[in-house]
Amino acid sequence: MDYYLQILLIAGIFITLTLSLNLINGFCGQFSLGHAGFWGVGAYASAVYSVYYALPLPAAINMMIAIIVGFIAAALSGILIGVPCLRLKGDYLAIATLGFGEILRIIITNTEKIGGPRGFINIPHWANIIWVYAIAAVAVVFMINLKRSSFGRAIISIREDEIASENMGVNLFKYKLFSFTIGAGIAGIAGALFAHTQQFLHPSNFNFMWSVIILVMVILGGQGSVTGSVVGAIVLTIVPELLRFAGGNIAAWRMTIFPVLLILLMLARPQGIFGPHELGGSKLRSKA
Amino acid sequence: MGQNVAFFLWDCLQYLINGISQGSLYALVALGYTMVYGIIRLVNFAHGEFLMIGAMCGYYALQAHLPMPVAILVAMLSAGLLAVVVERLVYRPIRKSGRIPALITAIGTSLFFQYFGQLTFGADPKTIPPFITEKIYNFGEVNVSNVQLAIFVITMLVLAFLWWLTHFTKIGKAMRATSYNLQAAELMGINTNKIISFTFFLGAALAGLGGMLMGYTMSVEPMMGMNLGIKAFVAAVVGGIGVIPGAALGGFIIGIAENLVAGLYKSSFRDGVSFFILILILLIKPSGLLGKNTKEKV
Amino acid sequence: MSSILKLQNVTMKFGGLTAVNDVSFDILAHDLVAIIGPNGAGKTTLFNTITGIYSPTSGSVIFNQKDLKNIKSSDVTELGIARTFQNIRLFKDLTVIDNIKLAKHTRIQYGFWDGIFRTKKFHLEEKKIEDECLLLLKLFKLDDKKDFLAKNLAYGQQRKLEMARALATGPKLLLLDEPAAGMNPTETRELSELIHLIRDQFNMAIILIEHDMKLVMEIAEKIFVLDYGNLIASGNPKEIQNNKRVIEAYLGAEIEASL
Repeated sequence: MDYYLQILLIAGIFITLTLSLNLINGFCGQFSLGHAGFWGVGAYASAVYSVYYALPLPAAINMMIAIIVGFIAAALSGILIGVPCLRLKGDYLAIATLGFGEILRIIITNTEKIGGPRGFINIPHWANIIWVYAIAAVAVVFMINLKRSSFGRAIISIREDEIASENMGVNLFKYKLFSFTIGAGIAGIAGALFAHTQQFLHPSNFNFMWSVIILVMVILGGQGSVTGSVVGAIVLTIVPELLRFAGGNIAAWRMTIFPVLLILLMLARPQGIFGPHELGGSKLRSKA
Repeated sequence: MGQNVAFFLWDCLQYLINGISQGSLYALVALGYTMVYGIIRLVNFAHGEFLMIGAMCGYYALQAHLPMPVAILVAMLSAGLLAVVVERLVYRPIRKSGRIPALITAIGTSLFFQYFGQLTFGADPKTIPPFITEKIYNFGEVNVSNVQLAIFVITMLVLAFLWWLTHFTKIGKAMRATSYNLQAAELMGINTNKIISFTFFLGAALAGLGGMLMGYTMSVEPMMGMNLGIKAFVAAVVGGIGVIPGAALGGFIIGIAENLVAGLYKSSFRDGVSFFILILILLIKPSGLLGKNTKEKV
Repeated sequence: MSSILKLQNVTMKFGGLTAVNDVSFDILAHDLVAIIGPNGAGKTTLFNTITGIYSPTSGSVIFNQKDLKNIKSSDVTELGIARTFQNIRLFKDLTVIDNIKLAKHTRIQYGFWDGIFRTKKFHLEEKKIEDECLLLLKLFKLDDKKDFLAKNLAYGQQRKLEMARALATGPKLLLLDEPAAGMNPTETRELSELIHLIRDQFNMAIILIEHDMKLVMEIAEKIFVLDYGNLIASGNPKEIQNNKRVIEAYLGAEIEASL
């Protein structure tokens, strides 16, 4: 039972995480390969609060504070990285964010106070599956409403055509930075949830591999599709686990099946399962 | 005091020499990234895995008691052929879908071979015996080994070879034409698919060579491609991705910087410094030290 | 009538190439002007300079008594200059109506949180915008296509949508970069009526770049001729047709083209 609960929990955290990257990558079209870094900053910052500076308050209120700490820390690192990097485009932005993500991880690995390379232990168990899915639900509503507002339209227009978007009066830098910062912040919230459900953090949780996995979840669902992100996160959390049960060779080879599926998906449907659209069709799509 | 300064300078010189040797390795691998990017604008994340597979094959060739030169040849050929097959089966069909799907496909291919390597070869590191008996020469307080020298010389020879190839041979000129403008090259009667295959082969063969050299200085294991690949890739971008001399310049810069930081400060920041340089360069000159700036036409 | 756009000795250089050389002119608030000239004469560069995509190497662009020096392209739109592009730049994967709604972006009255919490203010404002957009689409006969993705429109319709989108930003000056390119004769005729209609109904100045001389002579009240970045002639259609330098520039171009 615990095992299933753990999978559900991780799936829920990945829903929030995937949505947060979808804002940057799917909505705004900015290709980021360092998202796990923001997730890590949020996780570690919130854990620093709960381990070293926790106030004598009920766990639920402390968890709220931890979430806010995770959000602010990750959003600030988003600004720090976004201001210099968002001038770059496409491949170059991807490379720069990859570099920053790795730098964040190396800093974490070299900070003894948060466990360094051994990992950060003794984090209180403040969050549970209800927290995880409540936050995921808030994230879904936030993203859908954003998409249907003028603000969201401006962000999406940047993905479509930067020059035309600017020509429509959209301040590119402002909206890119907004997406990047809020996306990072929401990833930080997912980090706080991760820290306070797992009670243990290790730098290897937040390396480049994980940035790729989150990205794959976004792509699988469809860039710009909120419901797609939810589906992508759930499918890619559960499928590898199911393969584990398949036994024998398949279980041993499941980690190679995952990238093969990714490649086949790209070959067959590069825009992801839903493309930019939503499950439920036009009702959710463009009506304001 | 004066003596301390002298020691410090000797140390720096030593790190510089180690850095040049290591940078040569990065440069060798970076060449593959740069050539492929130059020709199809794809960051080939699987390049490091070609290197790893090549090194593995070279290792098993040695296990089968084949002489070292043959093993190196095996490594280069197997890496090169693998790259050609991957390009044909995976990259070519995805090319028309745009650059981001291609980039994601490359990441997927890289992951596949990492796990494939772990399952087939096991995760344990394997060592490759030195291809020449190691000798160390002392110059004052500084040591230089003949292996370090050999790595440097091999890289220089490879660079000279590539320069000759791209400037004085028919296929090299076709490579340059294709990288300048793929469609136009095709219209001029160049078989661009063949040129792309050849570029992949050449880049990966050099990676196979780099893998064997690295297998000696460090070890052969499934994650080596990832680790060395990212560094080499950073080197390619720093020097100017798509520019062949840029790969060498970037390799040396990264190699030297890493050894200086690891020696003078803390070895755990060795990996951080390359990313730091990467970001610095991207901010100052996104197209890299030797790259050309391009602006979108409105 | 008052001047809306004033170019004073505008020069635009790229490296060694002078794309626009010392160009000065005045556009009045209700003008309908055409800029003509051979390919590569610097016409689109001039548009890019006016809309802030490039900032001029020297000289100044003054819009509504305001010097546009160091003003971002996005702010130029807010001040009241809108344009279309030579190679259509629609938001291809968005619907027709979303393309137009986006242009209303700078005039939106509700804030970020109104959108997230979907307040009454949000709904009222969105309704208002939707109605305005539909009205505009009706004018361009695109209202029945409002839920189509922009990329699925026919070429002529895409050009019209781009014009509608530019209008939706609420400009005082509209720049059209080859609006008739790729249109058939019927569509071109409709276009010329539409341009007149827009100018009168929305009360604005229009500058267009166009190669279709029939269209230019028919609708433009004033014509500027560019050649190798220089303004070689200006005047009404009749004057331009009889201008010796203009004929030379065009004949020269034709001879080159036939070689």
